[in-house]
Amino acid sequence: MANFSTNEFKAGLKVMLDGEPCNILENEYVKPGKGQAFNRVKIRKLVSGKVLEKTFRSGESVEGADVMDTELSYLYNDGEFWHFMNNETFEQVAADEKALGDTVKWLVENDLFTITLWNGTPIVVTPQNFVELEITETDPGLKGDTAGTGGKPATLATGAVVRVPLFIQTGEVIKVDTRSGEYVSRASK
Amino acid sequence: MKNSRCQIAETPVWQMQITPTNLRLRAQLLARIRAFFTNKNVTEVDVPVLSHNGVTDPYLDNFVTQLTLGQTSTSLYLQTSPEYAMKRMLASGSGCIYYLGKAFRHEGAGRQHNPEFTMLEWYRIGFDDRALMHEIDELLMDVLSVASAEYLSYHAAFLHYVDLDINTASHDELITALAMDFHYDIQQASRDHVLQLLFNIHIEPKIGKERPCFIIDFPASQAALAKISSADPRYAHRFEVYFKGIELANGYWELTDAQEQSRRFAADNVIREAEGAVQVVPDPRLIAALTHGLPECAGVALGVDRLFMLAQNLDSIEDTLAFPLPRA
Repeated sequence: MANFSTNEFKAGLKVMLDGEPCNILENEYVKPGKGQAFNRVKIRKLVSGKVLEKTFRSGESVEGADVMDTELSYLYNDGEFWHFMNNETFEQVAADEKALGDTVKWLVENDLFTITLWNGTPIVVTPQNFVELEITETDPGLKGDTAGTGGKPATLATGAVVRVPLFIQTGEVIKVDTRSGEYVSRASK
Repeated sequence: MKNSRCQIAETPVWQMQITPTNLRLRAQLLARIRAFFTNKNVTEVDVPVLSHNGVTDPYLDNFVTQLTLGQTSTSLYLQTSPEYAMKRMLASGSGCIYYLGKAFRHEGAGRQHNPEFTMLEWYRIGFDDRALMHEIDELLMDVLSVASAEYLSYHAAFLHYVDLDINTASHDELITALAMDFHYDIQQASRDHVLQLLFNIHIEPKIGKERPCFIIDFPASQAALAKISSADPRYAHRFEVYFKGIELANGYWELTDAQEQSRRFAADNVIREAEGAVQVVPDPRLIAALTHGLPECAGVALGVDRLFMLAQNLDSIEDTLAFPLPRA
């Protein structure tokens, strides 16, 4: 893999840091008039998901990370691995529990997920930003409550639990933001 | 501001980045600067942008080009500032002078950086750093419509914002105060590098928020081309101007001692060697001018594009230019 100098740093560039592939989120070049230039870089470690800030000496180089994102649809779980398929090539990859992380609670067969591959191995499985899921269980709400100030927990078909307004009932399909795990609205039919 | 930037980013690359309104306001700013100096009988001068010598400053790099005529090839350096040429003028008897024009630095572009930029530099014979700072303050009040500047010594700034005495703090204490994660070995970094980082990260964002702030009395180790204070040799007669997170100007009560200047140039090359940077031949014409005699004077360099950013509250230096680097 090629090396990248700090001059080539930009959001989205994947590099290796501490033996782990990372995604550069922000890069700020600082050059005091008479002082040494440096780069303040905000980085997400792709395996652990940790976000950190690191300072680089300008001109330093780091190794690039062979990381790519693919859109795959979810097939099934065999008890150990979760299997995904490329709908065009029918190629399949298997992600382990670590790669899946919290995404397990959004898994719906045939839904599309972004699989981040590092040297061909899945390291992160990311759901779409918004998913629509049916509520399998929630307490009956109070009639007439539309403000949804307090809300109540609702269990979704995938097992995820989100807070929904009181007027939402079991059996309804709702739209959820997977990044925050928050209820957005009733699903558009 | 954010919105207008997005719109500008969408314009085709052949088109100028600065808005037509700002183009006119920028011209007015330049006219106002010239009027300021005309009123004070300071003469505008032009300097060669292309010169036979570069600068030794450890962290400044010239663009170098070749003039090839037949068998002879000469290296020519795009000037990082008009300082050397202006000092040669002063030593030649020019009187008080100012330059308003281009300077070039071989470094990256950023929110506050363009490798080619407009610099205002001026020299006042008989002034010390204090007197020159008053004049800078006057200019800033005029062109930015701001209150009179505040003054803070480098030492006091560290005491106040980092809670450290730069004269007694250990290397480890300074590094701990940085509270930053490094990709390189910061333990091996020079004391001045650590001080500069501390200044940049922990002090610069907090000073000069309402009015310009002069940081005065830089440590002697960062004297550059300033006189060392005779009252307290730990400090130099060097200052910088900060306003709203922007480093706007750098000035000195100028060193006039040719031998001391030669020693500092040599010291620069020692740092360059350690940093793996190329060695630079100190400009013999500047040394000759200092040997002949530079009149006692103070001088300052001010970034005009940054001044315009502040005047119009612009987010990026690119918005002050018709064709910043990506469009040049």
